[in-house]
Amino acid sequence: MTETLPATEAPADGLINGLYREGMPIADSVAPSGPIADRWALRQFEAKLVNPANRRKLSVIIVGTGLAGAAAGATLGEAGYQVKSFCYQDSPRRAHSIAAQGGINAAKNYKGDGDSAYRLFYDTVKGGDYRSRESNVYRLAEVSTSIIDQCVAQGVPFAREYGGMLDNRSFGGVQVSRTFYARGQTGQQLLIGAYQALERQIAAGSVQMYSRHEMLELVMVEGVARGIIARDMVTGEIETHLADAVVLATGGYGNVFYLSTNAMGCNVTANWRAHRKGAYFANPCYTQIHPTCIPVSGEYQSKLTLMSESLRNDGRIWVPKRAEDGSKDPREIPEEDRDYYLERIYPAFGNLVPRDIASRAAKNVCDEGRGVGPGGLGVYLDFADSIERLGKSAVESKYGNLFDMYQRITGENPYELPMRIYPAVHYTMGGLWVDYDLQSNIPGLFVAGEANFSDHGANRLGASALMQGLADGYFVLPNTIRNYLAEGPYPKIEENDPAVVEAREQVQQRIDHFLSVNGTRSVDSYHKALGKIMWDKCGMERSEEGLKEAIAEIRELRADFWQNVRVLGSADTINQSLEKAGRVADFIELGELMCVDALHRRESCGGHFRVESQTEDGEALRKDDEFAYVAAWESGGEDGAPILHKEDLVYEFVEMKQRSYK
Amino acid sequence: MAITGLIFVGFILAHMYGNLMIFAGEEAFDEYAEHLRELLTPMLPYGGALWILRIVLLASLVGHAYAAFALWSRAGKARKSRYAVSGVAKSLFVSKAMRWGGVALLLFLVFHILHFTTNTIQINGDFDSPAARLVSSFEVWWAVGIYTLAVLALGMHLLHGVWGAGMTLGLNTSIAAAERLRIAAVLIAVVTVVGFLLPPFAILFGIIP
Amino acid sequence: MKLTLKIWRQGGPSADGEMVTYPIEGVSEDMSFLEMLDVLNEELIAKGEEPVAFDSDCREGICGMCGLVINGQAHGPEVTTTCQLHMRSFSDGDEISIEPWRAEAFPVLKDLCVDRTSFDRIIQAGGYISANTGAAPDAAATLVPKDDADRAFMGAECIGCGACVAACPNASGMLFMGAKVTHLGELPQGQPERYARVVSMVDQHDAEGFGGCTNLGECSRACPKGIPLNVISQMNRDLQRAKLGKH
Ligand SMILES: Cc1cc2nc3c(=O)[nH]c(=O)nc-3n(C[C@H](O)[C@H](O)[C@H](O)COP(=O)(O)OP(=O)(O)OC[C@H]3O[C@@H](n4cnc5c(N)ncnc54)[C@H](O)[C@@H]3O)c2cc1C
Ligand code: HEM
Ligand code: HEM
Ligand code: SF4
Ligand code: F3S
Ligand code: FES
Repeated sequence: MTETLPATEAPADGLINGLYREGMPIADSVAPSGPIADRWALRQFEAKLVNPANRRKLSVIIVGTGLAGAAAGATLGEAGYQVKSFCYQDSPRRAHSIAAQGGINAAKNYKGDGDSAYRLFYDTVKGGDYRSRESNVYRLAEVSTSIIDQCVAQGVPFAREYGGMLDNRSFGGVQVSRTFYARGQTGQQLLIGAYQALERQIAAGSVQMYSRHEMLELVMVEGVARGIIARDMVTGEIETHLADAVVLATGGYGNVFYLSTNAMGCNVTANWRAHRKGAYFANPCYTQIHPTCIPVSGEYQSKLTLMSESLRNDGRIWVPKRAEDGSKDPREIPEEDRDYYLERIYPAFGNLVPRDIASRAAKNVCDEGRGVGPGGLGVYLDFADSIERLGKSAVESKYGNLFDMYQRITGENPYELPMRIYPAVHYTMGGLWVDYDLQSNIPGLFVAGEANFSDHGANRLGASALMQGLADGYFVLPNTIRNYLAEGPYPKIEENDPAVVEAREQVQQRIDHFLSVNGTRSVDSYHKALGKIMWDKCGMERSEEGLKEAIAEIRELRADFWQNVRVLGSADTINQSLEKAGRVADFIELGELMCVDALHRRESCGGHFRVESQTEDGEALRKDDEFAYVAAWESGGEDGAPILHKEDLVYEFVEMKQRSYK
Repeated sequence: MAITGLIFVGFILAHMYGNLMIFAGEEAFDEYAEHLRELLTPMLPYGGALWILRIVLLASLVGHAYAAFALWSRAGKARKSRYAVSGVAKSLFVSKAMRWGGVALLLFLVFHILHFTTNTIQINGDFDSPAARLVSSFEVWWAVGIYTLAVLALGMHLLHGVWGAGMTLGLNTSIAAAERLRIAAVLIAVVTVVGFLLPPFAILFGIIP
Repeated sequence: MKLTLKIWRQGGPSADGEMVTYPIEGVSEDMSFLEMLDVLNEELIAKGEEPVAFDSDCREGICGMCGLVINGQAHGPEVTTTCQLHMRSFSDGDEISIEPWRAEAFPVLKDLCVDRTSFDRIIQAGGYISANTGAAPDAAATLVPKDDADRAFMGAECIGCGACVAACPNASGMLFMGAKVTHLGELPQGQPERYARVVSMVDQHDAEGFGGCTNLGECSRACPKGIPLNVISQMNRDLQRAKLGKH
């Protein structure tokens, strides 16, 4: 199936495939040109300065207190701006970044193994399957070293060697050791560092913290972002917050799949509301599926737990050769009846192939009926060989805490029985479109961290999300947003400005609607139904047929949701069903856009695998001549068709190549 | 709290040593009691050192009890509504035991001072010699009973108290230090209980005539 | 499994609460405790009753958002977070009581949700190292002996869940605070503010209405991250040195 499908012709009404329109192409107009290593310095120099005395008059709203939001809040507060910071948890310290385990990349070259900013840049562009911007990625690699300095100064307890030096490990199949880590809790330690820096600014009065507050609408006045409408999740009060600029650092939207490794509250609401107000949503279909998660054990399952990828270094992945052996005790299946499929198909990389390949291979064997465990959705990750080779105690010292976690969740002892693993949604590369300054197409609206689409292309390398979050928060955004703020303070806006009142009313109407429908189905049941559609048809493998079905099903679900959802209780106390209803409503709309995006991208790249675009032996086939662009979607309004804006990707420094792991 | 507690510990150990003098005979014991009062004379008047000791002890007791009641009431204010299910925690017992045990010790002290120091309560006759008072009192089984209970309460109080004092003074900063502290607490508690109980039981069973 | 749940229901911060009994059937051993409550909530919604409000986010034992007192024990019978507790720790027919953290410094907001912002204010009082962004020296400039780094890490593992306070008979927040003081105090970067930090954090702790510590050790036994009691002792030592004029 190597032949390219005919590109769909735009029909007379302008609706392509009956689903979307194509708008004007866009470009990132602020990224400097010239030698890649000079661009960031140049941009910082060009960006206008704000006199310290004037900063106090300028205000910024930051939604989100993950690595990106907390770091930005602390830094802007320190610089002297008036910052208001928001999160939906009870404390900024609990943002989802806390859950990251593995580590954070930085081109420090402390190991002297030939690493450099250029190499990190190169690896990231290649890892992203040539769907990210060179300028952005280079900057990320460049500031990565300052991140480590900053974190160490704050007291982040990275792992150290006996001599007191910082330790590194290699991660995600790269050939240099550039990953800094803090046991299995790197995200936690980094976030606590940023959180403490933020709390310091709160104590100093430069940051005002609003926890248990959820942003439900963006306030736009005359085409410019000027504030947000947030709900106090304890009192239910609908609050208006106005400022000179708004930053969204609200994380990823993996929970559109219902089951994912994301925290329960992760949502797309802030991003989606901004999208509905005009912000472009870029590459929504790019999702990363992580191969080593603990499989689903039943219908009641609420979320999935990631097992560190490092397990693949010593565990061997297999399934029985025959489907009927699936229910047998794995220890009784003899060697010759086992299929070590990764070692078989990818002899060069074996169990260490990249995430997307390992995930899809697991899906394929399970689709053949050879999966193990409940529902046949699992493959074995077997340590018997390693235990024999290295001894139990060596395996224990390396992976003991992971084994314990596995046992706590599954009740099975992985020292005796092979672990069962299955892929799960983990990260979303897509997000709001931003330029080099991290500004969206709406003036005054900036987007940082996983919430933007910027740096990872179609696939993210391990340990790079933490790097991006902190790069955005500590170093990039504070330097670019000042260019915008230097034009301020912007005209003062009153709370009774018609645009503000309208935004507030939109929020109120939605809440009133949810509480008054009094239908028959719980919010969760819709979320589960959506997740199933997304996982089956817009998950690891996407086909034209499946995506079209998915779009039809999602539309049906959406109509039913608005008429038949049941939200009990009132709006003036904590009401978790009400919170979820708003999030699920936005997830449903996002789900549809993801399917449209996946459908229009008739190539396989990174985390996006289209069955119609594969090589003869079933590997992903990228089509650079047709699809080397960022797909930035403009909202078509309530029921209108979305509008596609293409930003062409140009590679001046890295040559595009097809990936191969055979 | 730790300071006052440790002053008590010092006193208790000294007092125990004094009591054990009874094994050296009544005269030795009386001499010792007399010696206490002559301590540091003529720099201080007769009984002066003892009075200084008493004042320090009394001040400590007031300070200790004040701190204990302050913590007690703070704990009450810090958790006004109780758990529906409680009592699973073993420390709940310890915390109650410390507080009520302390109160019990206080009551005992009043009794004890009326008994031995002021000679107001007389058990089994009236004697001038402290040693004789001691011996005659502990020939009565219920007197031994009261003292045994008091000393056991003291042991319990010290078992946790010494550990706590070490914690409060910042002596426990590693696993090994915790172990040392734990051993010290057990040792002091056991020595105190055994040391105090030897004389009364020796008397009761007629080992000391 | 079939269980009888007794759950604290409270309409709002100032409402009176009470324990309400809910029978539940068909609970699987593989469910997490919170998934069991999810199932209960779905049943309640179907019956038209308001679901039970409880906090959770990561459900991986790391964010510190969840926290229930189960049968009188903070985070339940195992040493872990509530979200990582599984139903296989219970048996068929059990009666399980479920309550919120109880401490005046953690007021109940609704049902099983409490307000733990007092912890944030303790951190605001000094639980940080002042290091302005961009002004940091190279990370390799300061070597940290591995033992110190390990001990700092141990303190840094605290997830701020508040189980220590919930379990302490005095409702004291000393373990949480000791963990932070140890984390920052063991590192060379934390030295300049070491003594000032502990004084202002302890002052804030007391002002928030937490109880005093009488060294009962229940906090450490309930701590899902196994923070040892000796961090409290370390904090006491720093506090004494601070009071003796060390800075
Ligand atoms: C299990 C797991 C392990 C991972 N491991 C690694 C790793 O080893 N290395 C790596 O580099 N990356 C890893 N990642 C990815 C990485 O953790 C995330 O991409 C990154 O932390 C995102 O940070 P963020 O600041 O963008 O957003 P988040 O940390 O997700 O923060 C989002 C913030 O926005 C707030 N928010 C969201 N919506 C609203 C709203 N509507 N109103 C108000 N506030 C809102 C939230 O309260 C929160 O404070 C992992 C991810 C997972 C799920
Ligand atoms: C009024 C009566 C008393 C009460 C209510 C009381 C209560 C307490 C309490 C609650 C503690 C624990 C404090 C902590 O761990 O921080 C304590 C400690 C202690 N008590 Fe008492 N007590 C009383 C009398 C006594 C007496 C009479 C003695 C000795 C003879 C004594 C010796 C000690 C010691 C040595 C400690 C350890 C000090 C410390 O923990 O810091 N107490 N007491
Ligand atoms: C078997 C146990 C004990 C015996 C035999 C004993 C004996 C005595 C005697 C004989 C005296 C009088 C000494 C004198 O006036 O010269 C005395 C005084 C005293 N004892 Fe004890 N005692 C015992 C236990 C305790 C305990 C457990 C405590 C404290 C908790 C205690 C605290 C005191 C005090 C405070 C005095 C008063 C000292 C003074 O002010 O003169 N004793 N004891
Ligand atoms: S010390 Fe332990 S129990 Fe207390 S908040 Fe931290 S992690 Fe939770
Ligand atoms: S249980 Fe409480 S009394 Fe102290 S040692 Fe722990 S804080
Ligand atoms: S929900 Fe995050 S620790 Fe339990």
